[in-house]
Amino acid sequence: MLSPVRRMNLSDSMDGIIHSTESFGAADGPGIRFVVFMQGCNMRCKFCHNPDSWGFNGERISAAELLQRALRYSDFWGKNGGITLSGGEPMLQPEFAAQFFGMAKEKGIHTALDTSAQPFCSKDERFAALFRLTDLVLLDIKHIDSEKHRALTGFDNKNILECAKYLDRRNIPVWIRHVVIPGYESDSELLRLGEFIRSLSNVQKTELLPYHTFGSHKWEALGMRYPFGSLPPASRHDIEHAASLINSDTYTP
Amino acid sequence: MTDKRQWDGFNGNVWKKEIDVRQFIQDNFTPYDGDETFLCGPTTATKRLWEKLQALQKEERDKGGVLDMDTDIVSTMTSHGAGYLSKNDEQIVGLQTDKPLKRAFMPFGGIKMATQACRSYGYEPSSVLEKIFTEYHTTHNQAVFDAYTPEMKLARHNKIITGLPDTYGRGRIVGDYRRVALYGIDYLIEQKKNDLARLEKGDLGDGTIQLRQEVSQQIRALFEMKKMAQIYGFDISEPAQNAKEAVQWLYFGYLAAIKTQNGAAMSVGRVSAFIDIYICRDMERGILNETEAQELIDHFVLKCRMVKFARIHSYNELFSGDPVWATLSVAGISSDGQHMVTKTDFRFLHTLENMGPSPEPNLTVLYTRHLPHAFKKYAAKISISTSSIQYENDSVMRPVWGDDYSICCCVSATRTGKEMQFFGARANLAKCLLYAINGGVDEKTKDQVAPRFERVSGDILDYDDVLNKFNQMTDWLAGLYVNTLNVIHHMHDRYYYEAAQMALLDTDLQRTFATGIAGFSHVVDSLSAIKYAKVHVIRDSDGIVTDFKTEGDFPRYGNDDDRADDIARMVLKSFIGKISRHATYRNSQPTTSILTITSNVVYGKATGNLPDGRRAGEPLSPGANPSYGAETNGLAASLCSVAKLKYSYALDGISNTQTIAPRALGNTDDERQENLISLLDAYFKRGAHHLNVNVFGIDKLYDAMEHPEKEEYANFTIRVSGYAVKFIDLTREQQLDVIARSAHEFI
Repeated sequence: MLSPVRRMNLSDSMDGIIHSTESFGAADGPGIRFVVFMQGCNMRCKFCHNPDSWGFNGERISAAELLQRALRYSDFWGKNGGITLSGGEPMLQPEFAAQFFGMAKEKGIHTALDTSAQPFCSKDERFAALFRLTDLVLLDIKHIDSEKHRALTGFDNKNILECAKYLDRRNIPVWIRHVVIPGYESDSELLRLGEFIRSLSNVQKTELLPYHTFGSHKWEALGMRYPFGSLPPASRHDIEHAASLINSDTYTP
Repeated sequence: MTDKRQWDGFNGNVWKKEIDVRQFIQDNFTPYDGDETFLCGPTTATKRLWEKLQALQKEERDKGGVLDMDTDIVSTMTSHGAGYLSKNDEQIVGLQTDKPLKRAFMPFGGIKMATQACRSYGYEPSSVLEKIFTEYHTTHNQAVFDAYTPEMKLARHNKIITGLPDTYGRGRIVGDYRRVALYGIDYLIEQKKNDLARLEKGDLGDGTIQLRQEVSQQIRALFEMKKMAQIYGFDISEPAQNAKEAVQWLYFGYLAAIKTQNGAAMSVGRVSAFIDIYICRDMERGILNETEAQELIDHFVLKCRMVKFARIHSYNELFSGDPVWATLSVAGISSDGQHMVTKTDFRFLHTLENMGPSPEPNLTVLYTRHLPHAFKKYAAKISISTSSIQYENDSVMRPVWGDDYSICCCVSATRTGKEMQFFGARANLAKCLLYAINGGVDEKTKDQVAPRFERVSGDILDYDDVLNKFNQMTDWLAGLYVNTLNVIHHMHDRYYYEAAQMALLDTDLQRTFATGIAGFSHVVDSLSAIKYAKVHVIRDSDGIVTDFKTEGDFPRYGNDDDRADDIARMVLKSFIGKISRHATYRNSQPTTSILTITSNVVYGKATGNLPDGRRAGEPLSPGANPSYGAETNGLAASLCSVAKLKYSYALDGISNTQTIAPRALGNTDDERQENLISLLDAYFKRGAHHLNVNVFGIDKLYDAMEHPEKEEYANFTIRVSGYAVKFIDLTREQQLDVIARSAHEFI
């Protein structure tokens, strides 16, 4: 039922399938970045703000061409910027992602992977290859409780926490990202999330992102009912409360 | 001229032999590479003055926009006694009338507008003056309408050419106010008398006769300037002898202009390096310290914040928020490559910290990536905290205008002291595209405005066919537009001559003829829709195309996509080409601009549905901005599209306004400043001309719109197309337009 990791075959000639690009992104990694939103995601998060990126229909583009497009804006990046693969779920197109990052690294460009890590499998060499070319992983942890994670996204969080530990062992820098949805986590669950994050030694930053409703119109445009209906966006108070429980160095945009 | 004692300590010789302020600056200015730590805060006098002015501004807003008005004195340089904000605190003195923020009665541009302006704010103008200027004296407005052809009136009525300076002063003439300080009025009179003497030989043709009369008016204006200064107890016959006098003399020159002209733009010019030379000399002599230097600049800027004109409501709709474009340009680079940032350039930006954000003076940084990093960083800091600065590309302007140009309007450059502009507002090219489709019939009024060219037949628009018709229609429009402006400027010279400003310019002037384009992005996107998608026309019962149905996707200007951006280049190049084929008044050099100020809202009201999907009545996109919602690849791609428009085709300016949420620039102050610098460097390196930078979140705009009474919003300033404005002074419609366009919030 669920789409597997997209496997490249000869007819693909390593094209990636992308949703869109952002030429001046400041929300996905350090500095100003060229952000590529990939197509395809297995998870069905109820609060997803990009449901139009779930499927694999989109613009097909080669890694070289995509890099050319990114490089048009490289002088906007300043000292800390670079490129980010986001989505969708970029780990569903790992060969393409690795090829794109590989070409970028040859030019000394900072690479960031914005992922939920759901497709992760420690035995799959393709992910190891991708992470070797990744300077920073922006790792989404949707919920620390596996069952609640399943209720929220359709999947448990086993792979995801495993990926976090894997990245820790490989010492690949990580920013943990967590969307704060009012009323969806108990205080004890937030404390557990904080404990988990502190158990990792490679986390440079924890970003708490307030749940917002900007994606709801996309659900409607796709003819779907927005599962969160009239749930209000997270308030500053919600964020501060979560931050105090997670007790990690946090910043909120 | 023999050496003057006031020049002791200044280097150079050439500028002493004849008027040459540029050379004086080059011979004497001190570039500054350091940071802002030397700057001083406001003095208690400055604080008191600024508080008093803010109280008056609040009172003015509470009274519906006007604090007080003259009804029975015709404003001249000497029509009023001395006026003060607070005499004992003011280092720099001089008001337009006898009281702060009191608006003068200025009937020479047009008596109807002058009296309407009074009446719309509840004042009754003097019936004697109304009679004199209606029955005995011809105003500029009267003269223009006497000469307008029926076709011009019809085109104007249908707003295909619009915002024309036929009911208000044309402005845009920047007197070289520095001349008053450097040379003193007596020397300037002597020079003008010499010029007049040159103009009496041989056969006197029309041009010479006109010029003789103009120079004579200039000489009278110079004498009157001296009298005006005397009213405030100063003798400006001789050069200024210290920094305080230099600023005061310079301001008197500017004051003469704003007492006699209510031009659309009354710019101050490029004065920072000039004033800095006097400040440096005083500091070396030990007669001025940093606090006092800053106080001079603060008080001068305070005066620029107080400039007001009586306007009519329809003018306010065009140019919202009561702007005067007291544009003041800083920084830039010399022709020999030396940057021209001085400590006084910092001091001018610092006024936005000492006295808070403000729309006026319209502070403009003449930017290149070669400016010292510390200055760029300070400008970025002030931009981020006040949204009150605009940036213009010195690297594209300097080769055209030299290294002593000023910004004379919102964004247009002019050679200081050597040039004047014939301001020409703009032609609505979006409407012109509809005229092309409808054979010259206006889509709103159904008037046959243009000649009855063949209209589009069939139900689907064909690109080549539409482009041919559009070419034919813009040929017609260019001719009509140039003729209309010729009438306006012919009459302005005769009936509302800017004697005070012209007296501070060379007699042998260069003149530019500044046309403009409105609706730019919509023309581009509409042509792109016709070319790349399928556009069906929908006709009304008269057979006029009034709507479109577009099938399929098409590239839009603002995404760094050459398919759309090439159309943009073509539209601009073709328009200036057509303008240039016509004879212009006084052999002026034709230029064009893509800038609309806030008039994009009014122009949009008069424009029907367009093939790009913009609905009838919706605001046009301002200036050269991509259309609202068209930019889908983010800010850098949008900037790259705008940067593809060649400045050499639009020497009057290409205005771009972008709003960035603070978090979209980074997380720390330092990061935001550095990222903004990267953005400016990257944008201007591509040859772009202008950028307004706003940094705030959209929530702030909503809150300010709903709660204008909050203290924090009293001076909340934002950049709109080509100038800055207090957000709460915009109409609600314009506020909503600004909010809709603040698109780079959620990246």
